[in-house]
Amino acid sequence: MALIELVDISKSFDGELVLDEFNLKIKENEFITLLGPSGCGKTTTLRILGGFETPDTGKVLFNGQDITGLAPNKRQINTVFQKYALFPHMSIADNIAFGLKISGKSKEYIRDKVKYALKLVNLSGYEKRSVDSLSGGQQQRIAIARAIVNEPRVLLLDEPLGALDLKLRQEMQYELIRLKNELGITFLYVTHDQEEALTMSDKVVVMNQGYIQQMGTPEEIYNEPENAFVADFIGDSNIVPGIMMEDRVVKICDHIFPCIDEGFGRKKPVDVVIRPEDIIIGNPGEGIIDGVVTSNVFIGVHYEMCIEAAGFEWLAQNTKSYPVGTKVSINVIPENIQIMNKPQSEDEEAMALDD
Amino acid sequence: MTKRFFSGPFLIFILCGTLIPLGVIAFYGITDRSGSFTFDNITAIATPEHREALFLALALAFISTVICLIIAFPLGLILKDSKLGKKGFMVFVFILPMWMNFLLRTMAWQVLLERNGIINQVLGFIGLPSLDIINTPAAVVLGMVYDYLPFMILPIYNALIKIDKHVIEAAYDLGASGIQVFRKVIVPLSVPGIVSGVTMVFVPSLTTFAVSNMLGGGKVNLIGNIIEQEFTASSNWNLGAGLSLVMMIFIVISMALIEKFDRNGEGNIL
Repeated sequence: MALIELVDISKSFDGELVLDEFNLKIKENEFITLLGPSGCGKTTTLRILGGFETPDTGKVLFNGQDITGLAPNKRQINTVFQKYALFPHMSIADNIAFGLKISGKSKEYIRDKVKYALKLVNLSGYEKRSVDSLSGGQQQRIAIARAIVNEPRVLLLDEPLGALDLKLRQEMQYELIRLKNELGITFLYVTHDQEEALTMSDKVVVMNQGYIQQMGTPEEIYNEPENAFVADFIGDSNIVPGIMMEDRVVKICDHIFPCIDEGFGRKKPVDVVIRPEDIIIGNPGEGIIDGVVTSNVFIGVHYEMCIEAAGFEWLAQNTKSYPVGTKVSINVIPENIQIMNKPQSEDEEAMALDD
Repeated sequence: MTKRFFSGPFLIFILCGTLIPLGVIAFYGITDRSGSFTFDNITAIATPEHREALFLALALAFISTVICLIIAFPLGLILKDSKLGKKGFMVFVFILPMWMNFLLRTMAWQVLLERNGIINQVLGFIGLPSLDIINTPAAVVLGMVYDYLPFMILPIYNALIKIDKHVIEAAYDLGASGIQVFRKVIVPLSVPGIVSGVTMVFVPSLTTFAVSNMLGGGKVNLIGNIIEQEFTASSNWNLGAGLSLVMMIFIVISMALIEKFDRNGEGNIL
């Protein structure tokens, strides 16, 4: 049975629908990430779970019990807020001990627990420090410590790494994974950063405009996006219109590509997703389409190039540099061609493309 | 070089507007009429008449401050959460009387509270006993509260709206009840505002003579009235200056006490 179940949740603010009959099941001990652009309803979902917003319709079930109307202080759920929200008038130890003092734990228990929590977030000995004297990353770790000492069943994290710099963010990602494995509690993580979502999660829920676009493991989301929105939002990708000629054959820009997808029918218009790192660049005539390099930027591990070919500008990544103006050919192996159905209605299209 | 040039006018102001006048007061305070050194003007505070006036002033200022605080804090909480309050409109309404001359406002109360004033006429009309508080300490406290309340509301409101709503949510999230959130988070975080508010109400209440003159009708003698009379009616500048120095010491002591509660160091008047 799912630990948490959101059933047909709808919520609007000032007449604007943020969540529309939203359904989600969260299993015990799962690291689940809600991923989407700002305004997609991910934070609202989290706030409904925390008890800070009441849904207009629908139910929140916790262990099978309806907790929709339960106040936040009565839930076995703790939150790590986006901007840490530490109590500025208290020491670090008092911040962490806040929840334990409220629940009337003994002095010894609180002292041990604070010590344990600080050790867990690698900040041993910081008990007496003031909130102001800590860096952003340290404050964030205290916020996590403050939440986990209460041994919640579920930890909600609202873009907790958003304010940190890249290096610290990557470090914290590994710390969070470690914490989750050590503590064995369910993590519900909200972010707009696809890299964060892919690195940490057991399951990623891609959201847009109050709807779930796709749900799955990070590999599934990245390798098999179900629609153009997901493909576009997760990593860079070439989304090209194509025609499914028959099973395992797709026509893109008037060129025939072999692929591995079946069951789309014959002569059916589809969207094709090709990741830039999957484009094989060769000498003219070696690949399927010939083209010319129109731009070339070095971005660290590899070069990012645009190749004008058959009326489409392809984004390609390669460790070998092809200078602007070079005549090349492009090829893609069948396994790396991902076929998606075209949106059925205009509504669905708007949903998918509106960022 | 240029920095020094621009700070010039301010240095002159501090010298002429603050340091020299203070020096003159101190000089008058520790000399007698013939100009020879004496502590008599300072020790004069110990005479029964002066002591009584000082204690009455301290008591009335304390009561006014407490009443202002009791009114302003809940009001600040309400304004903070109301949609009107967020736009500052309601605060504006409460601050509006400040734009009217303070003596005029006090005079208005004099007219309202008179034995045959508007309040008593209305009370008589609906058959209630008349309110006989003009020329009593109660009327003076009423005047002080009315005049100085905006000075309490403004800093408290500012401190309350500065509290991050996520901090309050975090407290609820960690299991605190409404009362616990209020006691452990909202009140401690509004201390800087409370300290400024208390200072800005207590100090003028302690030293006022205009309010007690108008609403006390000469029957409520505060230390401010005594000092004023020494400078005007009795033309004893030395005694007036001496008592003023004592007042300053009392204000410094009370502010130091208030300051002890202010951990964040905001609202620092001294």
